[in-house]
Amino acid sequence: MDKKLETIVQALQEKFNTKYEEFRGEVHMFMSADTIIEALTLLRDKYDFELLSALSAVDYYPQQSPRFHVIYQLSSLARNLTLQLRVPLNGDDPRIPTATRVYEVANWRERELLDMFGITPEGHPDPRRILMPDGTEGHPLRRDFPLGYEEPQFTFNFDEIDLRKPYAKE
Amino acid sequence: MGVEQKLGDMGIMTTTLENVVNWSRTNAMWPMLFGLACCAIEMMAAQASHFDMSRFGMELMRASPRQSDLMIVAGRLSRKMAPVLRRLYDQMPEPKWVIAMGDCASCGGVFNNYAIVQGVDEIVPVDVYLAGCPPRPEALIHSVVTLYEKVKGEKFKDAANA
Repeated sequence: MDKKLETIVQALQEKFNTKYEEFRGEVHMFMSADTIIEALTLLRDKYDFELLSALSAVDYYPQQSPRFHVIYQLSSLARNLTLQLRVPLNGDDPRIPTATRVYEVANWRERELLDMFGITPEGHPDPRRILMPDGTEGHPLRRDFPLGYEEPQFTFNFDEIDLRKPYAKE
Repeated sequence: MGVEQKLGDMGIMTTTLENVVNWSRTNAMWPMLFGLACCAIEMMAAQASHFDMSRFGMELMRASPRQSDLMIVAGRLSRKMAPVLRRLYDQMPEPKWVIAMGDCASCGGVFNNYAIVQGVDEIVPVDVYLAGCPPRPEALIHSVVTLYEKVKGEKFKDAANA
């Protein structure tokens, strides 16, 4: 691990009592939903992580529980460092406090979380779907979301599929 | 060309009104300037000097649906874009035609998933389906000529009944 990053990780570990993983030089720190805003604020103000490069989530269902990891990818341009924060979240009614008051850029990213994973950003200024049209049911990037498979039309089943295909009338 | 007969040297031709109308429609069909994905690049190439679709009367792409007769759905149509496409179609004046350009527009193509409409014929009535991923410009021109053949066979009584 980078020397400069090591001191930051140690400071965070002491303050928030968390563990971290390292993979090919990239560091993931595990946070809880209660402390994530405090950690982000600290990293931004004290350790110069001025950029939230990415905010996304991963669904590990059914291999892991809790199934969701919300991922904050932070960059420090001043110190040339990157750090990843992960917040594991349970599947039933997952909620995360909004990071929009720390990083403005989190606004659309959290709307994407809401849209694709159904993770509610609490206190978000504009909690609407961002990618899918209004009235969509479910959250497409969840592992248990059906793929929406449509049967391909070949010569042998052409007529059968043609009958139930919803053609536009006019 | 719909010209049935030429009467000697009198400078007069006889034909049916139907033929004249269909002939004029095919030779000044303006497509709508409307690209959704990579097929649009091929559509641009078909318009440009190398392939030059204006040889077939498609002199210019109109940016407004009010001035266009033909909608070329060039690319995959996402479910969020679908109401917009339908609205553009509704804004086009009659008579109007639709070409589903490419696999994605025709049947969903490789995108067999939640986000993409599985064929734009669910949204607008399609006249010509054009296969290819993406189709070459000459394929697009062929689909246009195929559409012309269809238009030349149209009857007034069908339009009256519609």
